[in-house]
Amino acid sequence: MENSYLIETRDLVKTYPMGEHTIVALDKVNLKFEKAEFTGLVGPSGSGKTTLLNIIGSLDSPTSGSAVVMGRKVEGLSHKQASALRNHHIGFIFQTFNLLPVYTVFENVEFPLLLLDYSAAERRKMTMAALDWVGLADRARSKPAQLSGGQSQRVAIARAVVKKPALILADEPTANLDAENSHHILQTMERLNRDLGTTFVFATHDEKVIDYLRRKITLFDGAVAKDERMEAQRPGGEKR
Amino acid sequence: MIIPKLALRNLLGAGLRTWLNVVVLSFAFVVIIWTQGLYEGMNAQAERASVDAALGGGQYWQEKYDPLDVFSLEDAHAIVPDSLRAMIAANRATAILVVQGTLYPKGRIHPVMIKGIDPDQQLLSLPSHFLKTGEDRFPALIGSRMAKSTGLKVGDTVTMRWRDAHGTFDARDVEIVQVMKTIVPSIDQGQVWIPLDRLRILAGMEEEAGLVVVAQGALERPEAPGWVFRDLDFLLSDIKQLVRMKSAGAAILYFVLILLAMLAIFDTQVLSIFRRKKEMGTLMAFGFTRGRVIRLFTLEGALHGVLAAIVAALYGIPFLTWFARRGWALPEAMDSYGFAIGEKLFPVYSAGLVVATTLLVLVITTIVSFLPTRKIAKLKPTDALRGRMS
Repeated sequence: MENSYLIETRDLVKTYPMGEHTIVALDKVNLKFEKAEFTGLVGPSGSGKTTLLNIIGSLDSPTSGSAVVMGRKVEGLSHKQASALRNHHIGFIFQTFNLLPVYTVFENVEFPLLLLDYSAAERRKMTMAALDWVGLADRARSKPAQLSGGQSQRVAIARAVVKKPALILADEPTANLDAENSHHILQTMERLNRDLGTTFVFATHDEKVIDYLRRKITLFDGAVAKDERMEAQRPGGEKR
Repeated sequence: MIIPKLALRNLLGAGLRTWLNVVVLSFAFVVIIWTQGLYEGMNAQAERASVDAALGGGQYWQEKYDPLDVFSLEDAHAIVPDSLRAMIAANRATAILVVQGTLYPKGRIHPVMIKGIDPDQQLLSLPSHFLKTGEDRFPALIGSRMAKSTGLKVGDTVTMRWRDAHGTFDARDVEIVQVMKTIVPSIDQGQVWIPLDRLRILAGMEEEAGLVVVAQGALERPEAPGWVFRDLDFLLSDIKQLVRMKSAGAAILYFVLILLAMLAIFDTQVLSIFRRKKEMGTLMAFGFTRGRVIRLFTLEGALHGVLAAIVAALYGIPFLTWFARRGWALPEAMDSYGFAIGEKLFPVYSAGLVVATTLLVLVITTIVSFLPTRKIAKLKPTDALRGRMS
C-alpha cells in the first residue's frame, strides 16, 4: 500500500550546515497522515516542526530519507513540479498571515485562483464563498492594513481554502492572535476539516490549538517523541 | 496574463514611490525628445535655408574648386561647358565665379571671397537683383554678419582689391548697395557679391565660372568635362556633421537624465527585493516558480517606463506641440552657432524620434529592472518566507 496515505515520511532527515558544524533539524522521522486528519506537530522551538511542515509542503527538500505527499516524492520534485504541487493541492497559513499588502482582501483571496486559471466569474464566486465562509464578505474591499490580526488570519484561511486544496499546512496560525480570535480561527478550520474533508497539519506550541487537535505529534530535537490520537478528548471540537 | 496584471497591481499599489519614479522618468522622456527635436529642427532649418540660398539642387564644381582651400581658388575657374551653358540659358542653372580678394574698410584689411553672380538669377533666394545698377556704379552686396564685422552699411564705398587671371593685382572702389539679412553664414561671412559679368571682366576670366548651381528639382546631370557634380548629400555633409556633433554634446544631458531615472528605478528594485522577500516566499508557497517571480519583479520595474511614457504623453504632447508651433526665439549669440538657424528655431518631432526615444528608455528600464532580480534565482522559498536572502 505504497500511496494509501496522503502524506508519508520514511527516515526523513534534514540537516543544515552551521559553520563547521551540522545542525540536525529532523532525525529519521517516520510518519503517516491519512486524509481529513486534523493533526498538530507540537514541541519546543527548534524541535523541527516548521522544517517538517516545509518539507511536506514541498518548500524544502530532505537531506535524506523520503517524504511522499499525495503520491509524489518531494525529494525528487523539480522546482517547477514542486510549485505545481503547491499550486494545485496545498494551502498555506502563516503565523504572520503573509497577506499581500497592496491587494484588497478580495484580491488576496482570489490570488491562488488566478494561478489556476479560473475564469473571472468563477473566481468571483469562489472568492466570495470563501470570504463568506470565514465571515468577512463585507470586508472584501478592505486592505490588509485595515484589518485586525484575527481578521487578517481569517483572510489567510480564506486564501488557503479558496481553491479547496486536499492539504492545508498551518505554521503557528494563532501565535499572533489573542485567545478569542484564536478560538474563532480554530473553529473555522475545524469546520472546514469537517465539511470539506480537508487535511490540516499544524505546527504549534500553542495550548489553545492543542485542545482542538485529533492527533498530536510531539517532536523533540528533530525526532518524533510521541504520536497520540486525541479523538476521545475532542470529538470534532463540538464541546466548544 | 497573470504576471502583467499582478505587476500593474503591485506598481500602482506602491503609491507615491511609483509615481516619483514615473515622474522623474517621464521628465527624462520629454527633455530628451524636446532637445532632440530642437536638433532635428535645427538640421532641417539649416538644410532648407542652405539649399534655398546657396546650394540649389546641387552644384557643378570646376575640378580644382575647393571652398575649404583658399589657395586652390587661383586656378579654380574655367570656361563654362556648353552643356551647363544650355542649362543656364534655360534658367535651370546659374554660374558663380569666385575670386580671392581684399576689402579695405576704414583703412583695415579684410580678406574676402569675391563672388560674381548673375543679378537676374532667380534660382537662389540670394537678393542678387540689388546688383542691377547702371554702369556708372560698381555695386556690391554683403550680408549682415559681413557688414557688422567690417562696419560697412548701405551707401558706403569701400576699396576692393583682387588678383586677375594673369596674376596682376587690381583694385576698385565698390558701393554697398544692399546689406542682406540671411541666416546662411556661407553666403555672408567674408563674402562680397558683385555682378558676374563685371567680375569676369575685371578678373580676366571671360565666360568662366568656378561653380554652377543647378536649380532645385532639375533632374538632368549633363556631362561636363573638367567639372564635377556635387549632390546635396555631399554639399550638406558639413551641416549634418555639425548637427551630429552638437547633438552628441547633448548626449551628456540625456545620459545624466537617464542615469538619474535609472538610479531611482534600480534603487526601488533593490529595495523591493530586500523588503518583499516574505511576499516572494508567499508567492512561491502558492505555486509561483522562481522564474515567474523574476518576471513579475522585472515587469514591475519595466512598467515604470510604460507609465512614464503615458505620463510624458499627457503633458509632453501638449507642451511639445505648442513649442513646435511657437518656435524658439534664439538669442543673437546663436548667430555664431556655426550654421543657418534663423531668428526662430522650429523643432521637429518626428515619429521616429519619439518611437526611438521611447524604445531606448523602455529597454534601459527593463535591463535596470532585471539586474537586481537575478538574486531571486537563488532564493529558497523557506528563506524567503523567513525574510532572508539565500
